[in-house]
Amino acid sequence: MQLITAIVKPFKIDDVKDALKAAGIQGITVSEVRGFGRQGGHTETYRGAEYKIDFVPKVRLEIVVDNSEVDRVVEAIKAAATTGKIGDGKIWVTNVDRIIRIRTGEEGSDAI
Amino acid sequence: MDSGNMAWVLISAALVLFMIPGLAFFYGGMDRSRNVLNMLMMNFYCVLIIPILWVVIGYSLAQTPFDNSFIGGFDSFFLKDITAAGDGMSLATIAFLGMFAAITPALISGAVADRMKFSAWAIFVPIWFLLVYVPVFKWVYGGWLGQRGSIDFAGGTAIHVNAGIAALAAVMVLGKRRTAPTPPHSMPLVMIGTGILWFGWFGFNAGSALAANGQAAQAFMNTFLAGAAAGLAWILIEWMRDGHPTNLGAASGIVAGLVAITPAAGYVSGPAPILIGLIAGAICCYAVRLKNKFGYDDALDVVGVHFVGGLVGSLLIGFFANPAFFEGSFDEGIFYGGGAGLLVEQAIANGAAIVWSFVLTYIIMMALKKTIGVRVSPETESTGLDLAEHGETAYHGAQ
Repeated sequence: MQLITAIVKPFKIDDVKDALKAAGIQGITVSEVRGFGRQGGHTETYRGAEYKIDFVPKVRLEIVVDNSEVDRVVEAIKAAATTGKIGDGKIWVTNVDRIIRIRTGEEGSDAI
Repeated sequence: MDSGNMAWVLISAALVLFMIPGLAFFYGGMDRSRNVLNMLMMNFYCVLIIPILWVVIGYSLAQTPFDNSFIGGFDSFFLKDITAAGDGMSLATIAFLGMFAAITPALISGAVADRMKFSAWAIFVPIWFLLVYVPVFKWVYGGWLGQRGSIDFAGGTAIHVNAGIAALAAVMVLGKRRTAPTPPHSMPLVMIGTGILWFGWFGFNAGSALAANGQAAQAFMNTFLAGAAAGLAWILIEWMRDGHPTNLGAASGIVAGLVAITPAAGYVSGPAPILIGLIAGAICCYAVRLKNKFGYDDALDVVGVHFVGGLVGSLLIGFFANPAFFEGSFDEGIFYGGGAGLLVEQAIANGAAIVWSFVLTYIIMMALKKTIGVRVSPETESTGLDLAEHGETAYHGAQ
């Protein structure tokens, strides 16, 4: 089992969600986060004074999938989240030691 | 000089001005968090540009000379010959009417939310004001529609039907938003806006008596009752139909009732405001669903609430007008011994306003579309108009 974490542009989250649903993924967790990468922040102007907004709003997705699904899911996220402009985000994959469904106590692939 | 009248008209003018932030919050709360500042700015912009246009030329074209049935002239250009001498009531009245001129185009902003270029809005508002608001206002108040016998106490036809149908024309040119509608981003903001609107509406309606008299008092009472009855009707229907009485339902109902009583406020009495409110609340509760059926993207229901509510209220005058109560010179409604004549005149007046407003608004929007364009880029629509159009964002989280 692997945990796929993706940081994407907020307005792309609906496209990503639809792509993952189409790929048969049954559940995702999203959170609104802020941060910066190479894109950096932006400036806003109030009463003529410029304010540097360093942390840009992003959405973080987390999905646990079987090893065999990883490449397909990564491709789906990548395709749906791409705008081609700087700031499209990142995807990373990490190993998951254990996963438990709270209601039933099922573990491993059954709990995904 | 009657200082009571003067005081009431000046206070009413300020009350109507206060409706503009009320409307901005009402719409802004319903809008997406990334576009709320654009919505506020579309509203506040109206009160930047219109007061100046109103004083320079709008009032003159809308009201003078009084013997012309279609459009005024230039006699009062820059309020020429209007002075503080005498009782000063004409100045107070011009200020009061200027507030109405400012809020009318602001009503349209709710329909075009989330996708209209601010530069296009900035040009649309003054052109729409001169080509649509001013002539329709003239026709209704002293022009050919008024002369025929239709009545419109505080602007059902001239303001709500006019802006409501313009909103429909505007979104037909503008097109649909690229993403599905979202729930209101801040319901508390919607409720604050509704409260401010209702408060201001006492100036809008009761102030339209242009005197501190019995007609103003009854208009005040009607504004109180119709808003309540329509809000009640809306949440009861929701409760039975959908399972829950919602805050947005209460807010929408209140506004629908206030819109509907606007044309009738100085002409109806007794149970009429309650009935008008109940009818308007119930009809508008269903009318806001028409956009799904017909496929136009009226983002915040300007058509379903303002156009439909205004039309319902204006037509109901044909049934409920009660001149005896006011010692007034207008015709009786059907329920008070009159014939269908008043109802027919109300229908003609609204029909004329609808045709003019729809056609002219469509042409103005098409002209803007062919020249500077009316829509923001897909990228801006996705990332939010606040940052792209105004360089500001409403919510920054922890700094």
